Amino acid sequence: MTYPRGTLIRNTTATRINHWITGACFVLLMLSGLAMFHPMLFFLSGLFGGGQWTRAIHPWIGVVLTVSYAGLVVQLWRDNLWNRDDIAWMRAFNRVLANEEEDVPEVGRYNAGQKFVFWSMALVIPVLFITGIMIWEIYFSTYTTIEQQRIALLIHSLAAIAAILVWIIHVYAAIWVRGSVRSMTQGYVTPGWAWRHHRKWLRRLAETDSIGPRPRADSDAPRA
Amino acid sequence: MTNLQSQDFVRISASTLTPPSVRDHEAEVAKLIDVSRCIGCKACQAACMEWNNVRTDIGYFEGSYDNPSDLDPGTWTLMRFTEWENDKGDLEWLIRKDGCMHCEDPGCLKACPAPGAIVQYANGIVDFISENCIGCGYCVKGCPFNIPRISKVDHKSYKCTLCSDRVGVGMEPACVKACPTGAILFGSKSAMTEWAGERVTELKSRGFANAGLYDPPGVGGTHVMYVLHHADRPSLYAGLPDNPRISPLVDIWKGLLKPVSLAGIAFAAIAGFLHWITEGPNEVQPEDEAEARRLMKEDDAR
Repeated sequence: MTYPRGTLIRNTTATRINHWITGACFVLLMLSGLAMFHPMLFFLSGLFGGGQWTRAIHPWIGVVLTVSYAGLVVQLWRDNLWNRDDIAWMRAFNRVLANEEEDVPEVGRYNAGQKFVFWSMALVIPVLFITGIMIWEIYFSTYTTIEQQRIALLIHSLAAIAAILVWIIHVYAAIWVRGSVRSMTQGYVTPGWAWRHHRKWLRRLAETDSIGPRPRADSDAPRA
Repeated sequence: MTNLQSQDFVRISASTLTPPSVRDHEAEVAKLIDVSRCIGCKACQAACMEWNNVRTDIGYFEGSYDNPSDLDPGTWTLMRFTEWENDKGDLEWLIRKDGCMHCEDPGCLKACPAPGAIVQYANGIVDFISENCIGCGYCVKGCPFNIPRISKVDHKSYKCTLCSDRVGVGMEPACVKACPTGAILFGSKSAMTEWAGERVTELKSRGFANAGLYDPPGVGGTHVMYVLHHADRPSLYAGLPDNPRISPLVDIWKGLLKPVSLAGIAFAAIAGFLHWITEGPNEVQPEDEAEARRLMKEDDAR
């Protein structure tokens, strides 16, 4: 992929493919899961070829999502580690919401909101996976007691609702902060975008003469 | 079973609407199983297989008279044999015909996510409508009696229908017809309760001080009832639950959680939209680009 001259790479091709596999799985899981959660949403099972197909395919998509999200965790966990900047950023959250980012404390590649999305999903997806296995009737119903499966169902539902709420925050933030969607479709952002939203990240990239997404470790070496 | 249009519904699974119920004057029925008169001949099991035309693979001897050893998609009723040594040291052979209890408040129906896959007719019978069943196994979690079984072949849930097809045309269930000792009776729930009272009186006169009728109130009563010689200890009879009720976990999951979750999701989406129309998008300004260019130029110069 070629990126327009002067832009910064926000997400590598591997990250973007990984992200969209995860995203597609998430949407399919949400639609099929809600169909089995609330009677008024059972019509969504029609998208999957009926109730039997919805029931059959939902857990398999879940397996793909779990593996796929694990890939995102491997790629992105370092830049999502919590640090002092995040607390300062959160204190200024009112100004962030009001689009007055000029005086908001600088943050690195991810701000506290993005880290919240990342880690909540990193927590909720394994919970959904484990409880999902427990209630996967065809293959695993004999390994747990019915009472354990009742608990698993309740936790699975609660975790799914939590995941959907986090997903709404994630999607809205991407629409709200202009340039974010392109950073996950075409992979690049303008330097101005980086200055406005992730100034520390921009500084590190500039210092190490990197075009992103991470600063160059061997920053003394000439740029390739 | 398939849907019987000849009867009407008081409950339909996964429905937010009132089911057709204009003919709800229908008398509630009940099957009364008098455990004290059962001789364990399994005629009811054979009759059930024959009428419903279901067969199970031949299994293995598991050290008890239970045959097969458990309910399964093709075994809708099963004699469960318990050898119990009573307080006097005497052996009592407790034989209970297990199967769907046809709860007045059915946990399976409450848990079911598929519209119309589980129905309750006005006469009280709880029936599985196979063409609507999606095979998720939620009914298994909803049931306080561990009755429904999911077929590995067709992914449908199966259990006793109380011979809804026979009852719908004025006949008694097949097991009732086959029972040689009159241990299984069928009629209106009030008539069966009355008759059970006479049986309990007789059992008490014969020394079973704790004899009684098993019609557990935790599930609103059942349309299959037992006369037990030891009604104070139902669990003696191969684990018949002492106080069955729909699990509170299922109650929360199928009660409060559904509307609260949808309201929460709607609230989050509306909050996002309101933010969009009040604050609007966060756009990169020309000054941002200029500052960024200045920063990168400084670094290049270094």
